[in-house]
Amino acid sequence: MSTTTKTGQVGRSLPRLEGRAKVTGRADYIHNLHVPGMLHGKIFRSAVVHGRIRRVDIDAARRFPGVHAVYVSDDIRRLIPNPYYGPAFHDQPILAIDKVRHVGEPVAVVLAEDPHVAEEGARLIVAEYDELPAVTDEVEAMTSSVIVHDVLKPAGTFPDLKHIEGRKGTNVALEFRLRRGDVKSAFAAADHIFEHAFRTQPVMHTPLEPLVSVAEPADGTLTIHTASQSPSFVRIEIARLLGWPENRVRVKTAFLGGGFGAKLYIKLEALVAALALLARRPVKISLAMDEQFFTITKHPSTFRIKSAVAKDGRITARECEVWWNGGAYADIGPRVTQKSGFTAAGPYDIDNVAIDSYALYTNRPPAGALRGFGIPQLVWAYESHTDMIARGLGIDPVEFRRRNILRDGRPQATGTVMKDAAIEKVLDRLVERLGWSRPFDRGQGTVKRGHGIAIGFKASIAPTTSVAILNIYADGSCALYCSTVDMGQGSDTAMAQIAAEVLDLSAETVRVVHPDTDVTPYDMATLGSRSTYHMGHAVKRAAEDARAKVDALKAELGLPPGTNVPLADLFRRKYGMQAGNIVGVGSFVPSYASPDHDTGLTPNATPFWMVGGTGAEVEVDTETGHVRIARLINVADLGTPINPRIVETQLSGGAIMQLGFTMQEKMEFAGGQLLNPNLADYKIPGLRDLPARIENEAVDAVEHGGPFGAKGVGESATFGVSPAIANAIDDAVGVRLTELPLTPEAVFHALQNAGR
Amino acid sequence: MTATRRIQFTLNGRPETAEIGTHETLVDVIRDRFALFGARESCGQGLCGCCTVLVDGRAVSGCLFLAASADGTRIDTIEGLADGNALDPVQEAFVECGAFQCGFCTPGFILMTKQLLDDIPEPSEDEIRHYLSGNLCRCGAYPEVIEAVKLASRRRKPMPGGAGR
Repeated sequence: MSTTTKTGQVGRSLPRLEGRAKVTGRADYIHNLHVPGMLHGKIFRSAVVHGRIRRVDIDAARRFPGVHAVYVSDDIRRLIPNPYYGPAFHDQPILAIDKVRHVGEPVAVVLAEDPHVAEEGARLIVAEYDELPAVTDEVEAMTSSVIVHDVLKPAGTFPDLKHIEGRKGTNVALEFRLRRGDVKSAFAAADHIFEHAFRTQPVMHTPLEPLVSVAEPADGTLTIHTASQSPSFVRIEIARLLGWPENRVRVKTAFLGGGFGAKLYIKLEALVAALALLARRPVKISLAMDEQFFTITKHPSTFRIKSAVAKDGRITARECEVWWNGGAYADIGPRVTQKSGFTAAGPYDIDNVAIDSYALYTNRPPAGALRGFGIPQLVWAYESHTDMIARGLGIDPVEFRRRNILRDGRPQATGTVMKDAAIEKVLDRLVERLGWSRPFDRGQGTVKRGHGIAIGFKASIAPTTSVAILNIYADGSCALYCSTVDMGQGSDTAMAQIAAEVLDLSAETVRVVHPDTDVTPYDMATLGSRSTYHMGHAVKRAAEDARAKVDALKAELGLPPGTNVPLADLFRRKYGMQAGNIVGVGSFVPSYASPDHDTGLTPNATPFWMVGGTGAEVEVDTETGHVRIARLINVADLGTPINPRIVETQLSGGAIMQLGFTMQEKMEFAGGQLLNPNLADYKIPGLRDLPARIENEAVDAVEHGGPFGAKGVGESATFGVSPAIANAIDDAVGVRLTELPLTPEAVFHALQNAGR
Repeated sequence: MTATRRIQFTLNGRPETAEIGTHETLVDVIRDRFALFGARESCGQGLCGCCTVLVDGRAVSGCLFLAASADGTRIDTIEGLADGNALDPVQEAFVECGAFQCGFCTPGFILMTKQLLDDIPEPSEDEIRHYLSGNLCRCGAYPEVIEAVKLASRRRKPMPGGAGR
């Protein structure tokens, strides 16, 4: 492992390679794709929250001029007898079978050449249900007599989820349990005990390119063009559903118009695959913005956290209970529950820890991964709690954190010893930038000012595999084949820089081939900020393999080592003309040890730690509850950046997204119905919602296990935003909000209740 | 919904005609008949700006603008902005400042920025935030967009005769 770069390609703030394509409107998205003979599908969705399907009347839709076909689950089952999919449980039917479990669940599909006709046809479908009692709250789901799934079917696909079984006859899909030290005795001996509960709301990713997939059948094969973050998983899962070998299913992606976790695993792919095979025509389904809200969401959560604190301000024990509202289908919720469970006690050095984290089924739209994999929900709670303890004890919140902070060389809650996690450095930089110890302007009149701080960390995902191929062509130019999906994070550029660094080329000349499972090798998925580290290693190794083969060819041709004969000449000497290839292959699987089933302990919880923190300065209008964010400072440890400029935009972009989840976004349900599935009523941040000042910093750090000292960054700046702002509000006006979002209404009511 | 009519308009400087359904939007028509994909329907409500096109030099939401209303107008899309290989200064500024991530909203931001700089050649940061508030970027590249607008403003001389090219 070396962090010094020889050729200067790594560490360059190279603008995104596809910049020209994006500013000219010519970048390739699946959204744009039109295949000859293609039919458009429109989904008819459940209008009830939980119910037995009595009847679906599709006759009028079938007769509508221009409608090609209408399909329901019975049609799907003619093709796929057991049409259930999912990364953790095979629980989600391609179209609802017998029951609907959430409002908006797909029940039928209308196909037509004209998408407007398909839409009109779907309006003519009538479904009748026997409505069932529903459970929508994650805490109630623990004990509810309403059971969302009678049978639980673990998928067994991923090694880190091999152990899941679910609790039969309950709504518990996964329970993660961690026990470290002697929590009971520590609480008995505590000088102070603090206990609080925090909640987060349902929100949605809203990628501006809504979910879209196209399936194209040919003789014995199926090509799926999909806006997916996980093309390799899609191929494996579709092949499994069809009972086909992987080599008959081809999955291709393009640039994604945003992903954020929404476009993972199976979303529309199984549906378009089945429809295309039934109709024997290519089928495209493009979701409208409103439909996305019924497809995948971020887990709402309830977190009860309790701490034992000694007189000297040291936290001696912590109990965490987290309930995750996974909605009607598990999607990747069990992994969110488990992985985030590792760090639920926060970045503090606590000897006695108990964590119980539950993935729950409810009758809500499914929840999955969203930029942070549960961590922002946890940090919201534990960093609000941290400030509340500090205030309760009369200790400065920064000083209280310093007394307890987790340092390298110390074991974290799982027992894994911390390494290359610059937690204290992140705190230091936040404190420094905020000028924490300097006199602070408290505002005047009805506008009060406050500042707050929050830090968080995350275990990366393991054990997962990435494979890359580096192909040198006979003229010396080269292409990199990898299945990492560029959804805006700049992975094409970063991977080109890594390959170029090894091969001593200019990164601009490396062609990055977009994921196509017939061409690009396996990658687990583009998620959890894993690509820079995992795929970065695979690309580095592929390039090193190619370089070794170039050296071998030189030797074969009798050239001295280190000769600078151009690559094109090597090929010409070997083959007598411009011909041939040199193909380098690299793969990477980090080491990992599964946590013990009963104690949650493991010596190796993660290949690397992501660390992020936020500092906020706010102005609270005590007459209206309006909060103006004067400064938002995001600091992270991301190792040594491959591309400093892109890394900075990842920090600010992640923080701005989390700012939406903090201040304004909430899916509003009434009577089980979603009231605001559109951008008019569900407001995502725009330019006027931006903090007056936003600052970002990557601390000077090295990830010794990472390629060129780098590690992931896509999620780090989301961690601290929500609690930093809540802490700043408390600092300004002395009220504590324990539920997101922090709307003016919520602040105003809190002020009124506090008599302020 | 099958009523059709023939419309004539100028598209990125070229005279065109199209047989359109009266229910079709401008985005439908430029995508399906002319294979121009830079204006994209996203929210479908005219709130995100991804579908922005210029009609007679003014930005409209192409997902709400009926194609029939484009009869006799001049339509400019992002694809018409660059002069051959030479990017427009606004496009250049967006690349240099890294004012996008996924790029899906970018054509809308660029066309809106063109109009902004025509209306207010040297906008203040507050004017930029206000003027572009109808364009959404879920990747949150807003700080870089502000930077790009300022850079383009410094470099770009206002074009005589108003917006567009």
